[in-house]
Amino acid sequence: MQALDVLCPMHVVLGRTGHVIHAGPTLQKLRPEAAMVGRRFLEIFDLKRPRAITTMDALRAAAGTKLHLQLRDAPKTEVKGLLMPGLGEGQSIVNLSFGISVVDAVSDYSLTSADFAATDLTIEMLYLVEAKSAAMEASRKLNLRLQGAMIAAEEQAFTDTLTGLKNRRAMDHVMARHVDWGTRFGLMQVDLDWFKAVNDTLGHAAGDHVLQTVARIMVEETRDSDTVARVGGDEFVIILPHAKSGEAMEGIGRRIIERLSRPIPFQGEVCKISASIGSAIYDPVSEQTVAEVMDDADVALYASKHGGRGQQTNYTPALRRNTQNLAPPTGRDVEREA
Amino acid sequence: MHGLINRAIQCFVTDSYGADKWVEATRFADLDFVEFEAMLLYDDDITPKLLDAISNILNRPRSDVMEDMGTYLVSHPNVEALRRLLRFGGVTFVEFLHSLDDLPDRARLAVSDLNLPRIELRDHSPTHFSLICESPINGCGHVMMGILRTMADDYGALALLEHTGSGDGIETISVTLVETEFAAGRAFDLGARAQ
Repeated sequence: MQALDVLCPMHVVLGRTGHVIHAGPTLQKLRPEAAMVGRRFLEIFDLKRPRAITTMDALRAAAGTKLHLQLRDAPKTEVKGLLMPGLGEGQSIVNLSFGISVVDAVSDYSLTSADFAATDLTIEMLYLVEAKSAAMEASRKLNLRLQGAMIAAEEQAFTDTLTGLKNRRAMDHVMARHVDWGTRFGLMQVDLDWFKAVNDTLGHAAGDHVLQTVARIMVEETRDSDTVARVGGDEFVIILPHAKSGEAMEGIGRRIIERLSRPIPFQGEVCKISASIGSAIYDPVSEQTVAEVMDDADVALYASKHGGRGQQTNYTPALRRNTQNLAPPTGRDVEREA
Repeated sequence: MHGLINRAIQCFVTDSYGADKWVEATRFADLDFVEFEAMLLYDDDITPKLLDAISNILNRPRSDVMEDMGTYLVSHPNVEALRRLLRFGGVTFVEFLHSLDDLPDRARLAVSDLNLPRIELRDHSPTHFSLICESPINGCGHVMMGILRTMADDYGALALLEHTGSGDGIETISVTLVETEFAAGRAFDLGARAQ
């Protein structure tokens, strides 16, 4: 018996009448309150397959075939079994195992490694179940993120097709990343002056040519680390990471205005535009949000336009008070090119 | 290097020192992203660069950082699953030590493209062992030190560990078992599946 308890801790020895003579330690652990010894095996277990068997004689005849059993009282754990004639006269030995129900059984009965024979693969199986679940969970999360990213990518192309500059979405993305990183950056709102006149008098082809030229000039006048985005018909935003002050951005703004103010030839005609610029600084240390800094730059831009166009203005709080006195709400949608 | 390993490094820094330090480390290491995906593969040279960056940002020797990472991997609640998987290796600390030989194969059973460094246990006496760790990245042995130290506590065993040197892509740890049932250890419930 001792050898069987170690080799097959879930075995049970049955007498001629089908009563339990001995139960292995792990099997008994499934019903710690009620000793199995002395009870009829088929009273403890319901034989699910083969179905026809109801007597001990029939069970003995099924020696060597796979038995599907289920505990009759809760928790109604299902087990697999194999019966063979035992050592004593008329005795049978049934060895049981959890099979696929092992994961639930281990928690239902608080089983430990010591409850399984060292040769039993149960522990390896539990290990695999956990390892696979963890790996699947990681894969599932990745799939969800990839799916989200794919949808986002489909919705958002980051490039303005006419000029090759970044578009508004790209600008939002770049700014969000700088905010995440806690990078200080300068923000320039650039509006073209008299662009509508070019479009109206020389046509859209001329307008497109002007926009492409403007884009090239702005890229040439900024650093590789800066971002130039076209955010509206003739509206641009430049993000300048690590810009120290409005004054530091002035040189760039001045050069852009100076170059944009030169006549742009197009099919024998000459397009004349200029640019108004408003700038502000995003400082990660301050409480200001990006939206507020954008609005500051808008106020500065409005001041540039009001001051006669072709100029740039750095935002100061005083500006906002002046602007409020001068005109109703700030922002680009209010004032359009004449 | 497998994303799981890079992701583990990310979780270690984020959980121990905060997301700011992690972002700082990725920028120091010149990465243009901050999130590692556990189930993707990354260039091998990213990981050592990242480890150097972390050691730099935290201003601590890389060996110390890597040992802390080992401790983190088997003690922090956010990565409880890993500690559980290791506890499946054996009922006692010595059994656990012997199970380390199988660790790379066990890992591959779960994630087929995850190649963990080979580990070999040599027993010199019932209480004295050497652990030979293959070391594709300098300092792997120190991660192992942190893991072993914490797992010894987990099993309630008292063990003295010493990193006895590295060379030729191999690092060696000497393990001396003072007592196997020194303290109660942490409970390990087979059925309590960690999420």
